[in-house]
Amino acid sequence: MAKTIFDKIWEKHVVDRIPDGPDVLYIDRHFIHEVTSPQAFTGLERRGIPVFRPDRTFASPDHNVPTINQHLTIGDRLSRLQVEKLTENCNKHNIRLFHLMHENHGIVHIIGPELGITQPGQTIVCGDSHTATHGAFGTIAFGIGTSEVEMVLASQCLLQYKPRQMRITVEGELKPGVVAKDVILYIISKLSADGGTGYFVEYAGSAFRNMSMEARMTVCNMSIEMGARGGLIAPDKITFEYIKGRKYAPEGSELDKKIREWKELRTDEGARFDMEYKFNASDIPPMITYGTNPGMGIPVDHPIPDKKGEERSLEYMGLEKGQRLLGMPVNYVFIGSCTNARIEDFRAVAGLVKGRQKAPNIRAYLIPGSKQVERQIDEEGLREILAGAGFEIRQPGCSACLGMNEDKVPRGEYCVSTSNRNFEGRQGPESRTILASPLTAAATALSGKITDVRTLI
Amino acid sequence: MDTDQIIPARFLKATDREGFGDNLFRDWRFDENDRPKQNFILNCKEYGGSILLAGKNFGSGSSREHAAWALFDFGFRVVVSSFFADIFRNNALNNGLLPVQVSDGFLAMLMESVEKDPSLEIEVDLEKQRIRLSGTGEEEIFEINAYKKQCLLNGYDDIDYLVSILDKVRDFEKIRDNA
Repeated sequence: MAKTIFDKIWEKHVVDRIPDGPDVLYIDRHFIHEVTSPQAFTGLERRGIPVFRPDRTFASPDHNVPTINQHLTIGDRLSRLQVEKLTENCNKHNIRLFHLMHENHGIVHIIGPELGITQPGQTIVCGDSHTATHGAFGTIAFGIGTSEVEMVLASQCLLQYKPRQMRITVEGELKPGVVAKDVILYIISKLSADGGTGYFVEYAGSAFRNMSMEARMTVCNMSIEMGARGGLIAPDKITFEYIKGRKYAPEGSELDKKIREWKELRTDEGARFDMEYKFNASDIPPMITYGTNPGMGIPVDHPIPDKKGEERSLEYMGLEKGQRLLGMPVNYVFIGSCTNARIEDFRAVAGLVKGRQKAPNIRAYLIPGSKQVERQIDEEGLREILAGAGFEIRQPGCSACLGMNEDKVPRGEYCVSTSNRNFEGRQGPESRTILASPLTAAATALSGKITDVRTLI
Repeated sequence: MDTDQIIPARFLKATDREGFGDNLFRDWRFDENDRPKQNFILNCKEYGGSILLAGKNFGSGSSREHAAWALFDFGFRVVVSSFFADIFRNNALNNGLLPVQVSDGFLAMLMESVEKDPSLEIEVDLEKQRIRLSGTGEEEIFEINAYKKQCLLNGYDDIDYLVSILDKVRDFEKIRDNA
C-alpha cells in the first residue's frame, strides 16, 4: 500500500498496540525546558521511578530567562528558582543540560537542529507546542503537556492515536520580499486558526523544496497555529548537507548509512491524505496579522476585511474594519523567537538595514535564538550594522514572544513581531501584536510605521 | 479561547501543580490594579458550579498543562465546547478534567438557557456519554475515546500502564538498534 512519510515514521515507532486504544509510540528525542518540566520530575519522584533513558532527553532553559546580564544571578526570584530546579533535576537524573552560560545554550527548537540532535525519521517531543519546528527535517515532532513529559521520562514512550493527515502543496517561486514566514502566515490565513486541528501536515511542492533548512523550520514551526499537531517536509540533499558536521550528527560511514535510510522518507505515489490544499507561490505577498489569532492575516497592503465575529478582536487591537495597517505608526519591533531567530533571519534583517537607521520612535529588540547565532552575528559583522542602526541586540531566549521574563510590550502599544502568536496579552498585558516576517519587521523599524518591504528593495 | 487567556505566561513560574486557579483567566477577571472586573462572568455571583461552558477552539495555542491545572484548581471538572484543541484535550483528560464536545447548536442553547436562568443545572454522565439540561431535558450524546473513558472511570493512569510494559520497550529498542 502506498504510504506517506508520516505513516513510514509512525510504523517504525510503534512498540505496542492497545486493542481499541492508542498506540504505544517510541520517542527518539525529548527536549525539556524550565517551565513545563518541574512538575513532571516531581511526579516521577512521587512514584519513586527513575528516568528511563536520560541520554535521549536534552534540556535548555529558554522561556523564562533574562536576555541581559545572563552571567549574573537571575533577579526575579521565581524565575531563578525555576531555572535552578531544571539544573537540579538534570544533575540528579543525569540529563544533558545546556545551561544559561553554556556555549550551546538557546531556545530548544533552535539548538536541537543546530547541534544535529534533530535528524530525519525521528519522533521528537517537547512540552512546547512549537516542537513542530523539527518537522522541517522529516520527523514526527509535536508538542505535549507536562503529564506527557512525565510519561516520556518514565518510559521513553507516549500513548497516541494516529492523527488524520493533510498535505499542503505550494508550487512555484516566491516573489521578491516574500519569505517563509509570509508563506506560513498565508496558509494559516486560508485555513484559519483551527483548520488543521486533528491533522498532521506534510508540506510539499517546489516552494518548500527550494527553501533552506532554516526557512523550512519557520514554516513547520507555525503548524500548531492552524491547530495541527505538527507538520513535516521530506528530507533531501539540503537536509543532509545541513546535518553533516554538526556536534551530535553521525559521521563518516555511519552518516552514509543514515542518509541511505533517510532517502526512503518520501511519500509514495498514490498515498492517501484525508485533506489536500494547493496554493501558488506567486500568489503569496508579504503578510501581516490584524487580529488576535494567527489566522487573522492579510497582505500587508490590504484593508482589514469585514468578517462577522471579529469585532471583539478588532476592539482589543484598536482597529476597524476597512482600515489599512500600511503606514500606521508603531513603537515596538521584536525580531526573535523559535520562529525567526536563526542566523539567516538576522542576515536578512542586516541586509535591509545596512546603511540605514531605525526611526526615532522605534524600540527594536533583536533576540538571537542561541549562543551560536549570537556568535555568528558577531563573526559576520552583523552586530555593527544592527547595533549601529539603533537595534538592541540582547542574549538568547524566548523573550517577548510570550512575555514571561521582563521583555514585554507596554499596555496599548503595537508591536510588529516575528514571533508566532498574536493572542490577547501574549507579549504583555494589553499589548497588541502584529505578526510579520523579519523583513517586514525590519522595514517597519526603519520607517517607524508599518511598511511594505517591497518598497525598500 | 487560547491557553494564554486561560492562564497568561507570566503566571507559569511555579514548580508545583497547585494554586494556578488564582490566576485562571487572569486578565479577563482582573484589571491592571488587580481589581475584579464586574462584568466578567466568573465574577458574577449568580454563576457558580463545576461545568464551564466555553466558545470554540478551546485550549488552542500553547501546550501549557497549567491551563488544565488552573481550571481544575478553580473548581471546574467539565469543560463544554463545540471544538477543542488537540493538546488541551489530552492535558485535560490526563488531569481528570472532562472535555465535552457538543454541536454548535446545543452549546448555543445551553449558553442561552443558563444566561436566562443561572440556577439551571447541567448533568454530565460520563458512563452514558450524555450531557443533559435538567428542566427541559434536552440532551446530546458526546464522544470520548474508549481507552480514556475507562481510565477516567477507573482512575487509571497512562504512566502506570507505560511503566508496566518497560520490558516490551527494551525489546523494541534491542530489535531496532540491531537493525
